[in-house]
Amino acid sequence: MKKNLIALGLVISMMIPSVMNAQKVNCKVKGSDTCLPLSQKFAEVYGNKHPGSGISVIGGGSGVGLSALISGTTDIAQSSRKMKISEKMKITDAGKSVKEVIIAYDALAVIVNPSNPVSKMTREQLEGVFTGKITNWNQVGGPNMKIIVYSRETSSGTYEFFKEHVMNKKNFANSALLMPATGAIVQSVSQTKGAIGYVGLAYVEKDVKALNVSYDKGKTYVTPNVANAKSRKYPITRPLYYYYLTSASAKLNPFVSFIISSEGQKIVLAEGYVPLS
Amino acid sequence: MTLKKIIERFSEGILFTSSTVTTVAVLFIVIFLFKSGISLFKTSSIEEGYSLALNARNPVKKLTSGQVKDIFNGDITNWKEVGGKDQDIQLFTLDELSAAYTEEQMGAKFERLPSCVEDYVSKNENVITFFDNRYYPKHFSGHLLEMPPISFKEFFLGREWYPTAIPAAQFGVLPLILGTLWVTLLAILIALPIGLITAIYMAEVASERVRRIFKPVIELLAGIPSVVYGFFGLVVLVPAIQQLFRLPVGETALAGSIILAIMALPTIITVSEDAIRATPVSMKEASLALGASHWQSVQYVVLPYAKSGIMAAFILGVGRAVGETMAVLMVTGNAAVMPHSFLEPVRTIPATIAAELGEAPFGGMHFKALFALGIILFIITFIFNSLVEMIKSKNNQ
Repeated sequence: MKKNLIALGLVISMMIPSVMNAQKVNCKVKGSDTCLPLSQKFAEVYGNKHPGSGISVIGGGSGVGLSALISGTTDIAQSSRKMKISEKMKITDAGKSVKEVIIAYDALAVIVNPSNPVSKMTREQLEGVFTGKITNWNQVGGPNMKIIVYSRETSSGTYEFFKEHVMNKKNFANSALLMPATGAIVQSVSQTKGAIGYVGLAYVEKDVKALNVSYDKGKTYVTPNVANAKSRKYPITRPLYYYYLTSASAKLNPFVSFIISSEGQKIVLAEGYVPLS
Repeated sequence: MTLKKIIERFSEGILFTSSTVTTVAVLFIVIFLFKSGISLFKTSSIEEGYSLALNARNPVKKLTSGQVKDIFNGDITNWKEVGGKDQDIQLFTLDELSAAYTEEQMGAKFERLPSCVEDYVSKNENVITFFDNRYYPKHFSGHLLEMPPISFKEFFLGREWYPTAIPAAQFGVLPLILGTLWVTLLAILIALPIGLITAIYMAEVASERVRRIFKPVIELLAGIPSVVYGFFGLVVLVPAIQQLFRLPVGETALAGSIILAIMALPTIITVSEDAIRATPVSMKEASLALGASHWQSVQYVVLPYAKSGIMAAFILGVGRAVGETMAVLMVTGNAAVMPHSFLEPVRTIPATIAAELGEAPFGGMHFKALFALGIILFIITFIFNSLVEMIKSKNNQ
């Protein structure tokens, strides 16, 4: 009996600090998986600087984060796309307003196997390749070789971004190989001669070759790198957003201003994303 | 005495509750699966709460979901192709709306949005719109298209799987079903001979010492997490297949089948070895006494006796292979195309569910379609399990 009581006491005393910790959580960030590593780093560094603050970061996808913001289950929605009018309408319907902050930029690189002589493509050619209208590398100035298209799964925000900004909202060819992770695309492209795929700039490494891309029908081709993404010369660049309710801005302001400060933007660069300025 | 009885009653109660809970849980899962999946056939192929509309003067009054997909994909660009006038099709969605009207015209709280839609549709005869139902005005002059619910035929015989295409998602599962059966079939062809030969060797030929080394190693195969198999497949097997057959791409049905065959082997070997060992010694001795050689006894006495056990082993192994997700997801390339050869990428049902369920909106069309896929998978494994039961009961007679 006595033993039981001691055990019970131990369990309770172990629970107390965790309960206290839970109370200290004063902000929740939820949404895009693209923003996830970045937000986690922000939360970690900010938490170390200001002990006692608890920022929890959850992924799930941009749509998930924004709907959590609308239903009030998160303080900040992290998103790799702009809020849709329909989502904004739901917030205004509830009599609230929302604030939008760009925290960083992310650039997508189109990658091919290093042995492939093709080193540049126009947006129109990319659209043709990814929708399945162009099937051989000799149609875009390469050798006579079948094009193997690698894409992310349909659930990925990167998939949606690529579809909207490069493919003019057209659907991917159904022969496209859908890979469960960005790392798998890099691996497959590095070992498949005729492969083409797209990954975040931070994932480009020496086993794959990033293509120069033209959005003005072949007049100028731009190399995907941080400098070109920063100056917006590189076209396949997207802003990453934080959304929060205007009523909560006083509470969240220290964290948000830390992110857009030069110190926060150093983290952005270190994590492989593109800083604001 | 009474205390003993109470304890007995109590433990009986616990046994009863735990088995009841298990049964109820299984039934609940099955009912939930079927309920969510079957409701797919009551939903229209356009996301709930949204509608497509045309100008009232447009002679086209009906579009199939395939035609809608092709129109928004830019594959159909003229109304003539779907039975209308010789006019270019103009798409009109929220993006075009916000380009055509200023925020002032739409209103700060978008309260004048419906009148903008009305205005645009009445002015442009060649337009097709896709909006939330709330954005259509009450007295809308345009023609709202009625989309029929997804039919069994579209679902089971459709060849296009575009679950997130907007506005008309395509749920043709034929390539997925065939992909699953295709990978499984080849896995059977690889695993059966290897498994059977190994089982015979282990039960009849191998010395005790060899057996002591081999058996744990084979059983270890069953303990390796499937994602490790998948990773091995992606990094080692896929490039090997690509080079061996000089293919443009190594992620193929063959890669998936080989991985599945390796994964099914431990079950097949262990269970069929047990079946072979279960042959009564008296029968084997009788055969040897009649002058048959060792191999003849195996061939004509042991194998026929163990036949049903071997069949059961084999179906159990295959049953595991059909439902396997992670390993297949990583090595088959997951392209939803009709399989023509073993050296092409395929997409299987479990891989589809695993890859897509995470982001499918709860209760939406895509969600229901994935549950319908779950039903198909359930039925396939149910058939396999029933076969095992049938063979076992036949054996008992």
